[in-house]
Amino acid sequence: MSNEAFVLDMQDIGKEYFGNRVLSAINLQLKPGEIHGIVGENGAGKSTLMNILFGMSVIHSTGGYEGKIRVSGKEAQIKSPLDAMNLGIGMVHQEFMLIPGYTITENIKLNREITKPNLASRIVGKRYDTLDVVAMRRDARKALDKLDMSIDEWATIAGLPVGYMQFVEIARELDKTNLKVLVFDEPTAVLTESEADNLLDAMRVISNHGIAILFITHRLHEIMTVCENITVLRDGKMVAQRKKDETNIYELAELMVGSRVGEVMRKPREDVTDEKPILTIRNLSVEMPGEEVSNVSLDIHKGEIIGIGGLAGQGKIGVANGIMGLFPAEGEVVFDGKQIELNNPTNAMMNSLAFVSEDRRGVGLLLDSSIENNIAFTAIQRQGKYLKKFGPFTQLDKAAVRQTADRMIKELDIRCTGPTQITRRLSGGNQQKVCIARALMLEPKLLFVSEPTRGIDVGAKKLVLQTLVELSEKYGLTVVMTSSELAELRSVCDRIAIVTEGKIAGILKPTDTDVDFGLMMAGEKHDNA
Amino acid sequence: MITPDVRRFGAVKDTLKSFGLPRIIIVVFLVLLWAISMFLEIPFPQLLSDTLVRWGMNGVLVLAMMPSILAGTGLYFGLPIGIICGLLGGVIAIELNLVGITAFFAAIAFSIPFAFVLGWVYGFMLNRIKGSEMTVATYVGFSIVSLMCIFWSMAPFKSPAMAWPIGRGLRVTISLADRYEKVLNNFLSFNIFGIMIPTGLILFLLLMCLIVVLFFNTKTGIALKAGGENPRFAQSSGINVDTMRIVGTIFSTVLGAIGILVYSQSFGFIQLYTAPLFMGFLAAAAILIGGASIKKATILHVLLGTFLFQGLLVVALPVANKVATLGSLAEISRIIVSNGVILYALAQHSGD
Repeated sequence: MSNEAFVLDMQDIGKEYFGNRVLSAINLQLKPGEIHGIVGENGAGKSTLMNILFGMSVIHSTGGYEGKIRVSGKEAQIKSPLDAMNLGIGMVHQEFMLIPGYTITENIKLNREITKPNLASRIVGKRYDTLDVVAMRRDARKALDKLDMSIDEWATIAGLPVGYMQFVEIARELDKTNLKVLVFDEPTAVLTESEADNLLDAMRVISNHGIAILFITHRLHEIMTVCENITVLRDGKMVAQRKKDETNIYELAELMVGSRVGEVMRKPREDVTDEKPILTIRNLSVEMPGEEVSNVSLDIHKGEIIGIGGLAGQGKIGVANGIMGLFPAEGEVVFDGKQIELNNPTNAMMNSLAFVSEDRRGVGLLLDSSIENNIAFTAIQRQGKYLKKFGPFTQLDKAAVRQTADRMIKELDIRCTGPTQITRRLSGGNQQKVCIARALMLEPKLLFVSEPTRGIDVGAKKLVLQTLVELSEKYGLTVVMTSSELAELRSVCDRIAIVTEGKIAGILKPTDTDVDFGLMMAGEKHDNA
Repeated sequence: MITPDVRRFGAVKDTLKSFGLPRIIIVVFLVLLWAISMFLEIPFPQLLSDTLVRWGMNGVLVLAMMPSILAGTGLYFGLPIGIICGLLGGVIAIELNLVGITAFFAAIAFSIPFAFVLGWVYGFMLNRIKGSEMTVATYVGFSIVSLMCIFWSMAPFKSPAMAWPIGRGLRVTISLADRYEKVLNNFLSFNIFGIMIPTGLILFLLLMCLIVVLFFNTKTGIALKAGGENPRFAQSSGINVDTMRIVGTIFSTVLGAIGILVYSQSFGFIQLYTAPLFMGFLAAAAILIGGASIKKATILHVLLGTFLFQGLLVVALPVANKVATLGSLAEISRIIVSNGVILYALAQHSGD
């Protein structure tokens, strides 16, 4: 076999989670010193593939994987991260795994310290050896030099700029003498542009030492700068493998998004922008950890279904959460002529805005309470509905709650044993409908829906989307739908705003090309597209 | 296909499961002790009468656990705080030389303002230590008991019924014999099959339960429960969860204050100084035996748990005395059961 030449050879890799196929027939070969890019949207299977490569327990506790992995020509059984490390596979983490109070040397050599025997250790064992600090510093220096880092090896981690920390992480991997493959998982996400450039340079230096690199990112221009070969994943399948010279950013963008336009559930309305804007957002910034929004301005028109799309972590989720007062926000939001007070959920709800959270189980539901109590809760608290008054005291009007719950269960077709069933026992799609029902009880004029189909099976997804379309058509409700799934946005929205790096990158029509969507989501300029 | 039979069997299994293994063991143990007591010719009606009295006298203290659990601050190990407020009300009523049912309700009225203020302060503090409420609460309970020991020993009360004959401060136990001893127990009480029913006591307990049920059906009560079950859900509906936690703590403190007065009138004595120290644990054990967890509690858990726990204690003592002459056996079994159940509940919680 000729695959001796490959340092890493993954063949026919597949993975199923409880009958749900997330990865199939992935082939990946790396030569020593090759930089190989992997691109794909969220959920394309990148992290599952890496979990397999590193023998993470989440893979093995769910029945293992299919296919074969060969390292340097020998078939490898990677059952734990330790196995991966022993085989010479290293990883530079997205979140830094460094101890802030230790020096760079100590961090690099952590648990692999060089030691000298002393009197005590001769008696009680090797764990009591003295550290050979000089030798350790020499090794650390060598690793740092490989990266052209001039920083002192005895400096402590705390206080270093973020970019440097990343380099220390890399140096730690380089210091492992058997290192053959190094994985970079979205390494540039936390870096500034110049730091990112430094990192790309460092990757080239590392590959010159004969170490193969797997580079996972969604920034296409970075891929094009350093990679020789590029693999594109989509929906758990390998859709293409390209040499750098044979492709370009546009093709990659198109491959990444794919022409998976779902069934169009409703014809986009072209004339929505003729209506007066009902919600104007000006310079909105939201401090939502992991989904920060900076300076977003957007007009939303009456009666439209507008989508907010983009990759995870870019800030699309933050927009609705900020306006609804769930995360600290700044800026100006005017709805229907009235200024919405930010950082105040009550005020937003009082002004006929309602929100269905992306975190269905964490925020959207009282999992151990009945369907009827879930549906009625917000309306009770915010509008005093379903309450009987006795002087200063109130009592829940259980009959009214029951009646309303029965009506909503019928109207939204919530499949359940009855209004008293607890929501934990419902399927994802039906849970989502309960969330929507709760929002509707406020009789909103505008509904924010975030990730309405996350974690819901395919059949139910369509039903949830259908529900939203019906609400828009029947009641003229304005819907702002945030979703990571571009296909579903394209199947129901009139317009789609793409958020990258906390800003609106642009507003597209659902009928625009895949290239346009792919480029905009990857944060590339596409003047010539 | 799931046949109706299978489903019914599943429902039976679910019911048994929700009843819980510890409760099944306790019920079996209690029935076993009852059987043994009959065999040993210990008068059963007497046992049942005692159980009913202790059920009524401890019930409100156990009920005090409920608002706290539902508000999300866990078991109310700060119960001594409420108890101390109740005791304050109790001694003030004596100082004013009140007697009878008036004295009892006056004591409650005097204690509630204290319970409000201390409950508010305590609730405010619990909001600063989210996540370790129960640990801190235990120590707060201990600390306030010790602090009040100093107060009791210096309190400027003059009534000869309570003060030491010479010097300052209050006695350790204060008899209520001429005050309001058993005012509730004796109200409308009657005998049936040799069992004495403390009607007033039980009615009062049920009245307190009714108030709690009504509260949890008010707008505030609903918000409080939601805040305890899922704080982020409540926040997204514009609820100030911290305020709700304070409301729950105040409510628990007030119930604790009323609870100790009910307890004292039945017991016939007000016990000061270190007496309230472990009452929090006993009440916590009772509600847990009833089926509550540190996140969920119902009136049924309160009533059932108090009955089982107190029933066990009542029957354990005479049985133990007959079986073995070891004097402290009943006390030992009480400590094992109560602490064992608390341990079980906490271990269950960390499991999920």
